[in-house]
Amino acid sequence: MQTVTTKSLCERAASLLGEGTVAAVLGWKRGEFDYDLTPAVFTAAEELTEGFIYNDFSGANLSKYLLKKTREIDGKILVFLKPCDTYSFNQLLSEHRFDREKVYAIGIPCSGMADIQKIRKIVGEGITAIEACENSLLVHTLYDDEPISVSCAEVLTERCLNCKSKKHVAYDELIGDEGEVLTSNRFDEVEKIEALSADERFAFWQNELSRCIRCNACRDACPACTCEKCVFDNPNSGVQSKAPGGEFEEKLFHIIRAYHVAGRCTDCGECSRVCPQNIPLHLLNRKFIKDMNETYGEYQAGEYDNQRAPLVNFSLDDPEPSDVVKGGFDRA
Amino acid sequence: MQRIGVFVCWCGSNIAGTVDVHAVAEALKTESGVVFSTDYQYMCSQAGQDIIKNAIHEHSLTGIVVCSCSPRMHEATFRKTAAAAGLNPYMVEIANIREQCSWIHKDMLSGTEKAIILGKAAVAKVNLNAPLTPGQSTVTKRALVIGGGIAGIQTALDIADAGFPVDIVEKKPTIGGKMAQLDKTFPTLDCAACILTPKMVDAAQNENIRIYSYSEVTEVGGYVGNFDVTIKRKARYVKEDICTGCGLCTEKCPQKKVPNEFNLGMDNRRAIYIPFAQAVPKVATIDADYCTMLKTGKCGVCAKVCTAGAIDYNAKDEFVKEKYGAIVVATGYNPISMEKFDEFAYSQSKDVITSLEFERLTNAAGPTSGKLLRPSDGEHPHKIVFVQCVGSRCENCAEKGKEYCSKICCMYTAKHAMLIRDKYPDTDVYVFYIDVRTPGKAFDEFYRRAVEEYGVHYIKGMVGKVVPEGKKLLVQASDLINGKQLHIDADLVVLAAAIEPDKSARPLATMLTASMDTNDFFTEAHPKLRPVESPTAGVFLSGCCQGPKDIPETVSQASAAASKVIGLLVKDHLTGNPCIAQSNELMCNGCSSCERVCPYGAITYEEKEFRMPDRTTKLRRVASVNPAVCQGCGACTVACPSGAMDLNGFKNNQIMAEVDAICKM
Repeated sequence: MQTVTTKSLCERAASLLGEGTVAAVLGWKRGEFDYDLTPAVFTAAEELTEGFIYNDFSGANLSKYLLKKTREIDGKILVFLKPCDTYSFNQLLSEHRFDREKVYAIGIPCSGMADIQKIRKIVGEGITAIEACENSLLVHTLYDDEPISVSCAEVLTERCLNCKSKKHVAYDELIGDEGEVLTSNRFDEVEKIEALSADERFAFWQNELSRCIRCNACRDACPACTCEKCVFDNPNSGVQSKAPGGEFEEKLFHIIRAYHVAGRCTDCGECSRVCPQNIPLHLLNRKFIKDMNETYGEYQAGEYDNQRAPLVNFSLDDPEPSDVVKGGFDRA
Repeated sequence: MQRIGVFVCWCGSNIAGTVDVHAVAEALKTESGVVFSTDYQYMCSQAGQDIIKNAIHEHSLTGIVVCSCSPRMHEATFRKTAAAAGLNPYMVEIANIREQCSWIHKDMLSGTEKAIILGKAAVAKVNLNAPLTPGQSTVTKRALVIGGGIAGIQTALDIADAGFPVDIVEKKPTIGGKMAQLDKTFPTLDCAACILTPKMVDAAQNENIRIYSYSEVTEVGGYVGNFDVTIKRKARYVKEDICTGCGLCTEKCPQKKVPNEFNLGMDNRRAIYIPFAQAVPKVATIDADYCTMLKTGKCGVCAKVCTAGAIDYNAKDEFVKEKYGAIVVATGYNPISMEKFDEFAYSQSKDVITSLEFERLTNAAGPTSGKLLRPSDGEHPHKIVFVQCVGSRCENCAEKGKEYCSKICCMYTAKHAMLIRDKYPDTDVYVFYIDVRTPGKAFDEFYRRAVEEYGVHYIKGMVGKVVPEGKKLLVQASDLINGKQLHIDADLVVLAAAIEPDKSARPLATMLTASMDTNDFFTEAHPKLRPVESPTAGVFLSGCCQGPKDIPETVSQASAAASKVIGLLVKDHLTGNPCIAQSNELMCNGCSSCERVCPYGAITYEEKEFRMPDRTTKLRRVASVNPAVCQGCGACTVACPSGAMDLNGFKNNQIMAEVDAICKM
């Protein structure tokens, strides 16, 4: 359960709308089910009371929506940002992707988001409603008379289990207490894959990526994928026709995408959250982050709003390519 | 649709030896766009070029693929050929089937197969080529020479002599470099100072030469013809223009215990000092690490005795920005550290010295005023052992030494041995060597004189160990020719330490984007045909920064580098490279990735109006490339996530077409 209530956020948003500080509010509303909250724009207090929700399923990172909305809407936009979202927010500012002046950012605390897949594993199918109470979720299903209680900690998403920071790195206003940067075990899974042999690694990714249906959800949700025109949508790029090629379908799509966001990915985990096939796409990005940390020193994309990522930076201390010998087939 | 002609060169037997050139020409005939394909013995010859010209006319060719040697060799040649026949020179592509194919394959079958693939890739690219027209840029008529040793001085003098202004940046307080520390020079035995110092004075007095001594290059921007360089003038705490070089301060300074680096620490100097009598500029410098006044604020003796009032304790580092058309690197060398060579007891005994220390010991201006005395007790040594190749030609000791031959040691050791026997015939001299290498005019004669006329004992074999024992140094060595172990109780051991590029060279190479080899020597554009040019346009190489060299060779290379610089500076305009980056504004995100990786600062951003899908117009931040500054390195095109940035002549789709052509096989 979240420490701030939907009601309190609604009130604050309504007052900012009312006094004219902002022209619109970027938040979350209910989708088809309780657990598929979706980003939404609210322009009036009534809309907020009717639709705005902040709960354990407000996983969507709203920073990316600022790109489009700041261009569409005249006046300031209020955006609610969880700690990890603020990193994407800063990264987008580093890349000059929207006008900071057009945004009023409110940092809100997050005690971790729930993973519906994990809940399903416990309660089974037929979920009709989910209520939050204290440290657990009450899940109503078609088949059970009484709601089933599951502990929030038990059903945290992978990215929240490995939360890298509870600190807001950008905001105009903060609701709740300021958190801290955490030490996480987010590279453990990467290390496990690194330890595999080249063949095993290939088999692992073949198994995962071959499930891809090329719905583009990962790309569309990714706050680093903000190109005016994506290379995969550009027939002149020469990349489009390559994406489905190779030993298993869609391999190149994900590899190219990982390269494109390398150094810019804040590890917000949206790619894996939105994947309908549950492909652990964030592991590709984490491998890049890990390699960059090891090669160029610790770097967290989005920590500040005007950073030079190691891959687009240059210093006399940079290692020579010959010094970086790890990786590829030689790795045991 | 292009009309492409393919021309396969045999390069005599260089290519035809391992590649079936007829088969290549035949196979490429059926490629898309190819209307003519042939092969010839020497495509670069006049007759070969005529074949190309005639084919362009006869078959109305719009593009050309020459399957031959590396484009670095003859791309320019064939571009000229095409231009002479009325074709845009950038419609020419080279498929390198020599360096990248015939020379590395032994088997005709695989060689031919690969040559065909490379040819197909080039054809695929030409299909997408478009005519390009180069722009022009101006040339700043001033040269920069980095390093003020004999190499830098000679280069600067020659450039200045041709009438161009030139600046020398030297990190030490005086120019002169290593040569100023040497005693006599082989093979003619003239004194180093006698031939060097007049040149130093010439440089100082030449009105075209400006010397930035005690200075370092900290930043390099721009490109050939228009380099922007920042020079740090380190605070010397003495006003250069006021100091008369009288030397009074250096006599009165109470801080007497500063190791004198000019004599390699074998004696001491003061905290305020002039490195040596003939220093240029002859100006005192305060060593901030030792000066009591600068460290504690209490002393000020030098300011009191200076009648000119040149001392300025409040001096700060100054940064000068200058524009140059050409840059010459002359950063020189240093002997490697002997610390890791414990077997020779260098760190244990004062009487084990390096050859450069030996130079100072025999120099009249050195710590012993030229008398050969043992550093430990000041006695005259009667038995001296020279050890060659200490750290040179180290095949299995890369962590201590160098794999290469330092080239100068055989000759200077012969010189040292000869000079000792000449001055002190009572002294026995042994030289232990792997090989004696004396290629060079009058070099072998010189070495033979040492052996035959001066009776130096040359022993083939390496010294295994030097053990200090009492006043002696016990030298254990093997005599390979006689198959014997030798034990010599020497008074002095001289180590011919390997030489390595100065430590400042590596960061400088990075600043200049000039390439280096694994030993940190600068790489030349072509080892035989362009030995004094770096592959980076406008950057030239002089002296030991490019490889070990003796003085005659250094001076020749220095003059050669100067002639290349002069050739550049006499031009009013340089024809640019049309293969530069271009941004597609419709796709540009304005994310700054390209700007951040551009080493030339060629990319700026502007707010442009764009029509949105709803027919309103919005301002959007987009990149724009300054064509005069862009050097076509392509870094931006790979940094650009959306592919908005593209490089003319090497467009993303051209590269992709080449890759596709190769992968289709």
